[in-house]
Amino acid sequence: MIAGLAVKSLRNRKFTAALTTLSIALSVLLLLGVERIRHESRESFTATISGTDLVVGARTSPVNLLLSAVFHIGNATNNIEWKSYRAIADRPDVAWTIPLSLGDSHRGYRVLGTTPAYFEHLRFARDRTLVLEQGRPFDGEQDAVLGADVAQSLKYRVGDSIVIAHGAGDVSFTLHDEHPFRVTGILARTGTPVDRTVHVTLAGLDAVHKEVESGEDPLAAIIGTRQRTDAPRAVTAFLVGLKSRGAALSAQRAVNEYEGEPLTAVLPGVALQEVWEITGAVEKSLFAVSALVVVVGLSGMLVSLLTSLGERRREMAVLRSLGARPVQIFSLILGEAASLTAMGIMLGAIALYAGLLAGRSWLESRLGLYVAVSWPSAAEWELVALVAAAGLLIGLIPAWRSYRYSLADGMIVRF
Amino acid sequence: MSVAAPVIELSNVRFSWTAASPVVIDIESLRIDEAERVFLRGPSGSGKSTLLSLLAGVMVPRTGGIRVLGQDIGRMGGAARDRFRADHIGFIFQMFNLIPYLSVLENVCLPCGFSATRGARASGGGTGIEAEAIRLLEHLDMADAALLRRSVNALSVGQQQRVAAARALIGRPELVIADEPTSSLDEDRRAAFLDLLFRECEQRHATLIFVSHDASLGSRFDRVIPFGEINRPSGAVNAPDRRKP
Ligand SMILES: Nc1ncnc2c1ncn2[C@@H]1O[C@H](COP(=O)(O)OP(=O)(O)OP(=O)(O)O)[C@@H](O)[C@H]1O
Ligand SMILES: [Mg+2]
Repeated sequence: MIAGLAVKSLRNRKFTAALTTLSIALSVLLLLGVERIRHESRESFTATISGTDLVVGARTSPVNLLLSAVFHIGNATNNIEWKSYRAIADRPDVAWTIPLSLGDSHRGYRVLGTTPAYFEHLRFARDRTLVLEQGRPFDGEQDAVLGADVAQSLKYRVGDSIVIAHGAGDVSFTLHDEHPFRVTGILARTGTPVDRTVHVTLAGLDAVHKEVESGEDPLAAIIGTRQRTDAPRAVTAFLVGLKSRGAALSAQRAVNEYEGEPLTAVLPGVALQEVWEITGAVEKSLFAVSALVVVVGLSGMLVSLLTSLGERRREMAVLRSLGARPVQIFSLILGEAASLTAMGIMLGAIALYAGLLAGRSWLESRLGLYVAVSWPSAAEWELVALVAAAGLLIGLIPAWRSYRYSLADGMIVRF
Repeated sequence: MSVAAPVIELSNVRFSWTAASPVVIDIESLRIDEAERVFLRGPSGSGKSTLLSLLAGVMVPRTGGIRVLGQDIGRMGGAARDRFRADHIGFIFQMFNLIPYLSVLENVCLPCGFSATRGARASGGGTGIEAEAIRLLEHLDMADAALLRRSVNALSVGQQQRVAAARALIGRPELVIADEPTSSLDEDRRAAFLDLLFRECEQRHATLIFVSHDASLGSRFDRVIPFGEINRPSGAVNAPDRRKP
């Protein structure tokens, strides 16, 4: 009865009701969107290294090592010697290793020197392996395998020839154009940094650098070329898979105490936790801003309900004369606030899902963020419940005022 | 008339809006009988609407007793008074009687939403509440199919008053109270409105209390009560505040 009246009353004030709903919906969209992106970015970071037990590199901070080696964020640290890599890779508790050599780029994309183990052991999105969409993995010194984004945005196909440059970034001083690579394969999209990476063999990368030293680098020319060996000179870092997860801590200790050179081994989960601590402050302030926007949206509702009360005193008096109890007047106004809040939340949630469906490919390609369009998480339900509670709480204000009015005015209709 | 049962009995009723404000109502005694048509006349601000609020149980007197249909409504709790009003009293205001966001038909049926008793009585013929509402509106020349679903904002003042009358009468309330229902109508309309109000009340044996400052209407009623003669407020009430929600 009262609920029906509330709905009809809102329908009668369609325009303001729609505006109020819209402002609540937008604020809910922002709040849920921030939470969803926060959650998904964590998920996606975690998924990127889902199969790896240890990341090993030269001595540095765990966060720096993880970000540079796995996510290609920031600059790589010092290289580690090939024999150190071998020493650890040959440990009995190690199941596999993937050596990574970073430091070069191709038109803004990172170039990664590695081995076929990369295609065999790297996992993303929990347990998926890399899949070639076209061509074959690299084999020879001149082969290159492109991530999906690289191929797509630079319009490369299998068979194209590319030249890599020393150093990261778009503008590089030395182009290794004496040693061009040929695209042999293009990877399917993963939603991880792999999509934005050019993969070559360690040997290929080495060949490029030897050319620099012998040919272009005047310093190298004076000192004279180094002895040529079959083993690569160095790697930047390597990923380690252990035979048993339980051995991770002892393996980490062993690496950290390695005597050949100072090394750092990090457990990806632990290092990510540190990353979250760093990004936590930003997330909190983003959350605070979106929570404030919700408050603004709900205040809009408060204002519109309060201003409507003045002109509705007559209506209240009529309802009282028909036998409506003051409590029913109270619930009528509260019901309107509740409906506005509920509609705002629903519209906001619908907009969020529509936005996710429409924007997921953009997020994936531009930010490397794979966003699942799944049911709301527990945290999101909690936020929705909080907004609903806040809406009701704010609705109490005009409801209480109308209650007071209806007691004080009695049935005397004022004009 | 004198053999009829009293519908309203007031004794020594005193009321002021707040404990500190002057007494607005001070009535030693007033009796209105069943099926009587009473015209209550008095100057603006003299407290007529306040008295109607007391009769309807929206307010309670600070001292004295009010019996409506044999029940002491001053002794009832707030909820009981609201229910009593919903069940037994039909109200018509001067203007702006209708809920603006409901259709004509919904407005007329509204009292049955607040009172099961009136709902049951309205659908008593087995035809349902809406059928009874349409029957009432027919009597008032308002049952045009297009009119029934129309928003009440799109009605003339006279039409609005007829809808208000239908709403006050649905479910056969024993007491119909009209607070200056005709003051916004022209003379012809006023006469027609009174005709139908009388007719409907007579059919139902309803008691009618009609408030106005327009003395010319008085001749058509069973009894005219000059409000100044029964209500003689003097000084402040020093009784404890008995006003309840
Ligand atoms: N809600 C209220 N709070 C305080 N005082 C009130 C309230 N309503 C009315 N009054 C006062 O009570 C007195 C009587 O008012 P009331 O409305 O009953 O007069 P009335 O006879 O109906 O006048 P009118 O013919 O103009 O409608 C007035 O002095 C008015 O100021
Ligand atoms: Mg009045």
